[in-house]
Order: sequence, then C-alpha cells, then structure tokens
Amino acid sequence: MEHAAALPAWVMLAYLIAGVCFILALRGLSSPSTSRRGNRYGMIGMAIAVATTMATQAPVPIGEFLPMPTPDDLVILGEIVVAIAIGAVIGLTTARRIAMTDMPQLVAAFHSLVGMAAVLVAAAAYLNPHAFGILGADGLIHQVSRVEMGLGMAIGAITFSGSVIAFAKLNGNMSGKPILLPARHVINLGTLVAILGLIAWFTQDQSPWVFWTVTALSFLIGFLLIVPIGGADMPVVVSMLNSYSGWAAAAMGFTLQNTAMIITGALVGSSGAILSYIMCRAMNRGFLSVIAGGFGAEAATSGGGSAADRPYKRGSAEDAAFLMKQAESIVIVPGYGMAVSQAQHALREMTDMLTEEGVKVKFAIHPVAGRMPGHMNVLLAEAAVPYDDVYELEDINSEFAQTDIAFVIGANDVVNPAAKTDKTSPIYGMPILDVANAKTVLFVKRSMGGAGYAGVDNEVFYMDNTMMLLADAKKMVEEIVKSLGH
Amino acid sequence: MDFISILSIFVMACFVGYYVVWSVTPALHTPLMAVTNAISSVIIVGALIAAAAAGAPTSKWLGLLAVTLASVNIFGGFAVTARMLAMYKKKER
Repeated sequence: MEHAAALPAWVMLAYLIAGVCFILALRGLSSPSTSRRGNRYGMIGMAIAVATTMATQAPVPIGEFLPMPTPDDLVILGEIVVAIAIGAVIGLTTARRIAMTDMPQLVAAFHSLVGMAAVLVAAAAYLNPHAFGILGADGLIHQVSRVEMGLGMAIGAITFSGSVIAFAKLNGNMSGKPILLPARHVINLGTLVAILGLIAWFTQDQSPWVFWTVTALSFLIGFLLIVPIGGADMPVVVSMLNSYSGWAAAAMGFTLQNTAMIITGALVGSSGAILSYIMCRAMNRGFLSVIAGGFGAEAATSGGGSAADRPYKRGSAEDAAFLMKQAESIVIVPGYGMAVSQAQHALREMTDMLTEEGVKVKFAIHPVAGRMPGHMNVLLAEAAVPYDDVYELEDINSEFAQTDIAFVIGANDVVNPAAKTDKTSPIYGMPILDVANAKTVLFVKRSMGGAGYAGVDNEVFYMDNTMMLLADAKKMVEEIVKSLGH
Repeated sequence: MDFISILSIFVMACFVGYYVVWSVTPALHTPLMAVTNAISSVIIVGALIAAAAAGAPTSKWLGLLAVTLASVNIFGGFAVTARMLAMYKKKER
C-alpha cells in the first residue's frame, strides 16, 4: 500500500511513454487522414498510465521486481475495477447516443468532470498526504506541495462550476443572454485576490479552514465568471475551460511528481489557450473583454427598430432553386442557425443535386461560426460533406468575387460588412466572409426581426443582389431540394 | 525528482503543446477539444492512488468517485472523438 517516495525507473519510463503517446495523439490531428491513428495513441497512452499506477499500488517485496498483492489489495482492485466499469458504461453510452449538434454541451459536461475529478483528487491528497508521498519529516505537507495542491483545487473547482454554467447555457437550461450582476468586476477581482492570498497563507498554515475556504471561493468564482458571458462568446469560454482543465491536471501532476500528468496538463493547457486566442482573433476582441462578459446585452435592445422599414427582396424556394441551377459556382456559408435547425443533411442533399447539375459547390467556414471551435466542420462531416470541399476563411475569402451565388444559412454577424465599414459597430474589425462580393447572395434567415447575436443590422439584407429566403433553415433547404428535383 | 526537473519537463511540454496544437487543422478543432478532454483525465492516476490507499476512508471514497468521473471522461472522450473522426471523409474522385 505504501506509495514509495522514489518510484522505480520502469515506472517513470512508463509514464514518460504515456506522455509521448498523448503528444502523438494531438500530432495526429494535423490532418483527418492521420487523426484516427492519433486517437489510438491517446488510448494506448491512457492504458499505460492507468496500468502502471495500478501495478505500483501493491507492495513489491525487497529484491523482487513484480508486486505481490495481498488479499486486501485484491479487494481494493475489485472496487477500482467497478468504479472504472461504471464510468466506462456511462461514458460509452453518452458518446454513442449524443447528437453531433449537441457536441458543445457534451464537451462542456466533460470539462466539468475533469474539474470535479481534480477537486476530489486534491481533497483526497489533503486528507491523506501520506499516500501521495507529500508528507515532510516534520509531519506537515511540503510547502511546495501545498501550493500545487491549492492551485490544483482552485483551478479544478473553477473548471467545474464554470463548465456547469457553460453547459446550462449551451443546453438551453439557462438563457444564453448575459446575466449582469452589479459591481461584478469588483466582486470577481476580490474573490480572485482572496483565493490567491489564501493559497499563499496555506503555505504557512495548513489548517482545514484555509483549504476548504479556497475550495468554496473557487467554486463561486467559476460560477460568477461564466454567468455574464453570452451565448455567442461560448467558443471562447469552452476553449478557456478546456485550457483550465489542463492546468488543473498539471498542478496535480506536480503534487504527484508524475510526468504523464505534467506533459498532458501542459498539452491540454496550451491547446485550450491557443483555441481561445484563435476564437478571440476571429472576433477581433481581447480575451479580457470576452471574459469581462456582457457582450450583446446592450446592443440587442437598440438594434431592432430601424431594420423593419427598409426595403428588401424576398424570394421563394423555387426562385432560389432556379437561380442555383443556372449558377456555375456556389459558396455555402453555414452558421449556428444551421446547427439549431439541423439543416446539415438537407444541405448535403441540395449540394449533391447541384453538383449533378454541374455546379461547383464549396463551403466556407468562419472560425467562430457555431458554439465551439470547428463546430460547423463536424456537422458537415456528419452529413458526409467531403472535408476537401470545406474551406477556412483565409482560403476562400478572395473567391467570393468570382462566385455566382453565396448561400448564407444561419450565419449573420460573420458576413456583416459593418465589421469593415462602421467604426461604431460592436463587431468592427472582426474578419468577415465577403459574401457581398458574390454576384448574388441568397440569405436564409428565420425572419427579418432578429439581427444576429451582436444585435447589429446587416447591410447585406438590403443589397440589390440579395434575395432573402425567410423560413426555418431546414424547411427552406428541403423545399429547395424539392424544387431542384422538378 | 526535484522541483526543478519537474518544472523543466512542464515548460518543455508547454512548448511542445504550442507547436503541436498550431499544426492542428481548424477543421478538427472540435475533435481536438474532445481528445484533450479525454487525455486530461490522466488525473485518474491521482484518483487511483487515493482509492488504493489504506487508513483514510474519506480520502479513499473521494478517490473512487474521482476514478468513476475520470473514467466517464476517458471512455466517453476517446469514443466520441473516434466517432467524429470516422465521419471525416475525402471526396471520392
């Protein structure tokens, strides 16, 4: 049962190999063709890490290499296997059943589990420091370990409560609108300072009240931080929580002096940080301004009125089908609305019919389209759209000028030219897809009322070469498919 | 291992992470999040140690609970990543 202070060399080596497997897992994602192999490396790495840990928990007799489990050890092994089996059944069932459109919620839910696991491990380490080998000769926990443990606990708790809120917002249990508490910046900053101060104090005084106060405050701040952030900023939030779950694992890895955990924590931490950066850049907003929250709350109330009276052209599914049959090239721009109405399969059908007519169809994806990084790509992949027909913003933006039809479905802010022309607009400076340059724009939108998440009116609606297709995205595409069939 | 060696591994791993993640194609950013989720559950190592330790029942039960939570993530995370990756197809020409 003893957790020896100095681990045998083979154990350290095994954890190192597990860490390398995790690096290869991420490396595989550089292209879809290598990604499946990468995922298998990840599984192998995890199996090595778990098996190694289990093997080192039974005592090894002096002079022997293999551990000799006692009957007690076998009981414990049984308990652990049951715990893993329960988790496996829940995990596998969820993974198999989840709809691809619900992926952002699932990822948020998974983040919350990592956060909670980190909290539980930190609490267990605090209650039984001997087992974790972090007890000093004086009978107190090492001071460095206290900092690591405190940080692991704090980050884990923030990840948990933040992810729970993110999940509730993405899943619709909670309004996606930002909820603004008065003086929230002061409260948040104060709580954060208190947490850091208490962790510093913890190095001097390891009494329970310090540890549990850090825990409680960290749960609180995770909640406070995410509540004021609106739905369309969720790509940043989800990436940020992804990053936090990594840092929590890394902090606990320091406590346990475990290389697999440290390498993984650093990988996941940087991964989430980079994704947050990419998302922020795609919205031309500072990370701090996203985290401060409240975006879309004020603008949404002022935007609505003027839009109603301006003239626009409205078309039917037949008109759209007719125009698209005549076109040589079409670029489809999907957005969150496509995910909401689950229009991806109908869209794929439409694409197939057009391709048969000899029309060249491509897809253009804005980095922040949807509710998480890569959201649109997964949905299109689900509908069996080949990934080489799907283009990123930088790769396709110059092509709109030579495109006959830009077909915008469920996107709004990411194609709004106000981002380029109107300095007062809240989305000014955000890179957009230049659909306005296409010869014709077909704009699928539920109604003329709502004006996108940022609450800004879109000039594209009123252009001479724009035809508004006002209906639910899926219904409209299905009707277009019907008309194309005639 | 002393603190400095561990810190060195951590800092180097951050750099590795930085370069590896920038090379991930944006089309696979959702699977990236799912798989990072799965691998960050390597925290199960700490949970296993707590669950296997004798003499502190509370700590043991917290450990077992953490093992279950981390397992949900490990199995669910890898499975959902595999499911997503299986959908990415090249065009048949």
